[in-house]
Amino acid sequence: MLLDLALHAPMYGSMPPPMRVVLRGMGNTVIKIVTETDFTALMIAVRDRQDKAAFAALFQHFAPRVKGFLMKSGTDAALAEDCAQDVMAVLWQKAALYDPVRASVATWVFTIARNRRIDVARKARRPEPEALDWGSDIEPDQADIYEAGQETARLVAAMRDLPEKQRVLIQRAFYADLSHSEIAAETGLPLGTIKSRIRLALDRLRQNLS
Amino acid sequence: MSIRHHLSDALLMAYAAGNLPEAFSLVVATHVSMCDSCRAQMAAFEVVGGAVLEDAGWEGNAVAMADGALESLIARLGVPDTAKPLAKRGDFPAPLQDYIGGGLAEVKWRSLGMGVKQAILPTAKGATARLLYIPAGQAVPDHGHRGTELTLVLRGAFRDAADRFGPGDVEVANENLQHTPVAEAGDACICLAATDAPLRFSALIPRLLQPLFRI
Repeated sequence: MLLDLALHAPMYGSMPPPMRVVLRGMGNTVIKIVTETDFTALMIAVRDRQDKAAFAALFQHFAPRVKGFLMKSGTDAALAEDCAQDVMAVLWQKAALYDPVRASVATWVFTIARNRRIDVARKARRPEPEALDWGSDIEPDQADIYEAGQETARLVAAMRDLPEKQRVLIQRAFYADLSHSEIAAETGLPLGTIKSRIRLALDRLRQNLS
Repeated sequence: MSIRHHLSDALLMAYAAGNLPEAFSLVVATHVSMCDSCRAQMAAFEVVGGAVLEDAGWEGNAVAMADGALESLIARLGVPDTAKPLAKRGDFPAPLQDYIGGGLAEVKWRSLGMGVKQAILPTAKGATARLLYIPAGQAVPDHGHRGTELTLVLRGAFRDAADRFGPGDVEVANENLQHTPVAEAGDACICLAATDAPLRFSALIPRLLQPLFRI
């Protein structure tokens, strides 16, 4: 997978060294410059310009992960394949809802995949919290966008440093492999900083609304 | 609104993971609608979910899609939705309004006697959600729980042996808590409660009525 070779370069400030990613089999060959931290930019291109090449790059990275994630959650391969397709279709269809201040693309894709799993496995509804309109009149803070984009990478690194047993417990909690009473919320991950950032963004939003 | 009693991290994480019975999810979604602190903590747990998904690539848990999957999906992509959901305004937070099918006037109350009323909300098996209406100064019969009971105050306030619970506060009770919630004087107390096991009443009469009222 070409995207797995991507560079860890910041997407704001200086341009990262270009890297050719060739997306095959789409009629005309599409060449995009992609780095791993560019997922936010790709998602914004999908949201604002219905950019199909950007969508293809996101699909290459996330669809196999969603499929693997759903199979780990007990979904068989054929259904996981269909659901991963559905998840990516929702990412396209609901792109207008993507807010880079709130979440990295990985987090957003996770929430779509989670909701799809609930639909399929439990045939239950998922009540969602009241929507907050963070975006419309407020210019998003670039520092917030950058932070949200980095949080996933930082947590992945922190998770890999955890003792095996603890890391497996966290994974099982998110694969829906544990009942709620079995979940130990003490993750050993640095979540305080993430909570603080989101809390500050919420406070700013409330001030702007009042 | 100053909320003093919040959801536990375990519940917020289970909700973020998509791992709660529907009735509990309704209480969590309603509380989070009222509480920015829990909203931020829930969002932090969703970031963990994103990291677990992302990390699937590292451990070889990502599974290649079928040949041509991308092309066939791109061929059927339509015009994206442009509408954003409008923040709904009503008597209660939006997720609860959805389950009631409206506001306070639409609640289909059933009397439990002594002015106490309840309305069971339709949720999937595994746990039950209900609205409770407790007149000012009135007590809900003394009861314990076999499983977990979440009680979220929407209006008014109640007290029990543990503390005072006002609007937005949520009490997480397990089988160790035997309690008699009493609505404060002044206004009626309206709560959203979810249980994953039938309540255990101490007095004989409510116990006889239990199957009848599904409490």
